[in-house]
Amino acid sequence: MYWYSIKTMIGRELLIAARYPAEVLNPLVFFLMVVTLFPLGISPEPEFLAKIAGPVIWIAALLAMMLSLDSLFKNDFDDGSLAQLLITPSPLAVLILVKVLTHWFTTVFPIILLAPLLGAMLQLPAEGYRALLLTLLLGTPIISLIGAIGAALTVGLHRGGVLLSLIVLPLFIPILVFGTGAIEAATLAMQYNGQLAMLSAMLLIALLVTPIATAAALKISINN
Amino acid sequence: MPQALLRAENLRFEYDDLLLFEQLSFSVMPGEVVYIEGPNGSGKTTLLKILSGLIDPIEGQVYWQDKPINRGARTYQQAMLYQGHQSGIKDSLSARENLKWLMSLKGLRDVGQIEEALAASNLAGFEDIPCGHLSAGQKRRVGLARLLINDDNHQTAEKLWILDEPFTAIDKSGVAALEATINKHAQRGGMVMITTHQEMQLTVPTQRIVLG
Repeated sequence: MYWYSIKTMIGRELLIAARYPAEVLNPLVFFLMVVTLFPLGISPEPEFLAKIAGPVIWIAALLAMMLSLDSLFKNDFDDGSLAQLLITPSPLAVLILVKVLTHWFTTVFPIILLAPLLGAMLQLPAEGYRALLLTLLLGTPIISLIGAIGAALTVGLHRGGVLLSLIVLPLFIPILVFGTGAIEAATLAMQYNGQLAMLSAMLLIALLVTPIATAAALKISINN
Repeated sequence: MPQALLRAENLRFEYDDLLLFEQLSFSVMPGEVVYIEGPNGSGKTTLLKILSGLIDPIEGQVYWQDKPINRGARTYQQAMLYQGHQSGIKDSLSARENLKWLMSLKGLRDVGQIEEALAASNLAGFEDIPCGHLSAGQKRRVGLARLLINDDNHQTAEKLWILDEPFTAIDKSGVAALEATINKHAQRGGMVMITTHQEMQLTVPTQRIVLG
C-alpha cells in the first residue's frame, strides 16, 4: 500500500516539474551565469582559473539550490495539498523524503550534469573532474535535505526566502569545505577518500534524520 | 444505543489572546450530520482543523473510538476526510491526476472510480484538463468528487467527512447533488462535520454547534 503512495508521489512531482519548466530552468541558468561571471570579473588567466574552478562551481551550485529551495513546499502550502499530505495515514516522513529527492533530481541533477562543462571552461585540471562530480553527487542531496527543514519552517511566511538563507546557509559550510577540499586534493594528485567518506556519512545521517525534522517543521508551520 | 465515534472534550483555542472557544465538548453518533455555526471569525475553520488533527487545541482532546486522535493517528486518518478552504487541488495537474494523488495518500488505487466520480460531478470531458483552466466552481467540484470515491470504495460506514464551506462557488444543481451525497453518506452510518451558511434539506439526524 505504501509503495503505491510513494510511486504516485514521485510521478506527481515529476509531472509538476515538467509542467513548470521554469522551476527547473531558472536555477540552471543562474548557475551557468554566475560561473561565467568569474573569468569575466576577476581574470581569464588559465592558472588562476584552474585554482578557483572547484570552489566557484561549488558555490554557484549552492546558491542556485538556494533559489529553488524556497519553492519546495510553497505551492503545496498555498493550494492546500500540504494539509492533505500532513493528515495522510501513509508514513509522512517517507513521502517527504521522496518529495525532497525528486525535487533534487529535477532541479539539481541538471546542474551536476552541466558542471564538467563549466569545469572545462574554468580550466579545471583533468584530475579534478572525478572529484567534482563525486562531491556534487554526495554533497548536493545533503543540501536539499537540510534546506528542506528551513523551507518547511519558513513556508508560511511571506518573503521567507531571506530568512531561509539565513537559517540554512551556515549549515552548508562543512559540506562546502569537504567538497572543495576533495577537489583541491584531487588536482594536487592527493588522496581524497577522507572527504568523500565524510560527505557520505553526512548524507546517510541527513537521509535518516532530516525527513522527520522536516515533517515536524511542516506541522509547526501549518499550525500558525 | 450506538456509541459515539467522535468525541471532543473541553476544547479551548485562542489566537494571540483572542479566545475563540473554551469548554467545548460534543460527541458525534454514526449517521449524524453536525453543523458548525457562528459568525465570521468565530473559529469554525479552526475547530475543523483541530478535528482533522492539523492543529492541536490549547486544551482538551479529540477522541476517535475512545482513543485520542493524535495517538494511533493512522486509524483516524484512514477514516477521516478533510476538505478545507483550499481544496488541495493543484492547478498544474488535471482532475484525474489530482484525485489519483489524493487517493494514493489513503492507500487507494484508481480502478475506474475517478472516472465515475468525475462524471457524477458533472465534470465528464474535463478529466484531463489542468485544473488551473477550470472555473472556481468546477475546481471545487473536483475536490468534492473525492466524497464520491470514498463512498463506493469503503465498506466501512464509519467514515467522517470534515467539510469547510463546501458550497462555495457551487451552482444550484451542485448544491442539490452534494446534499444528496451527504444524506446518503449519513444513512449508511457516516458522519459529516460541516460549516456552511446554506440550509440543507437533510433527512438524517443533525446537531448544531454554535460558536462565538
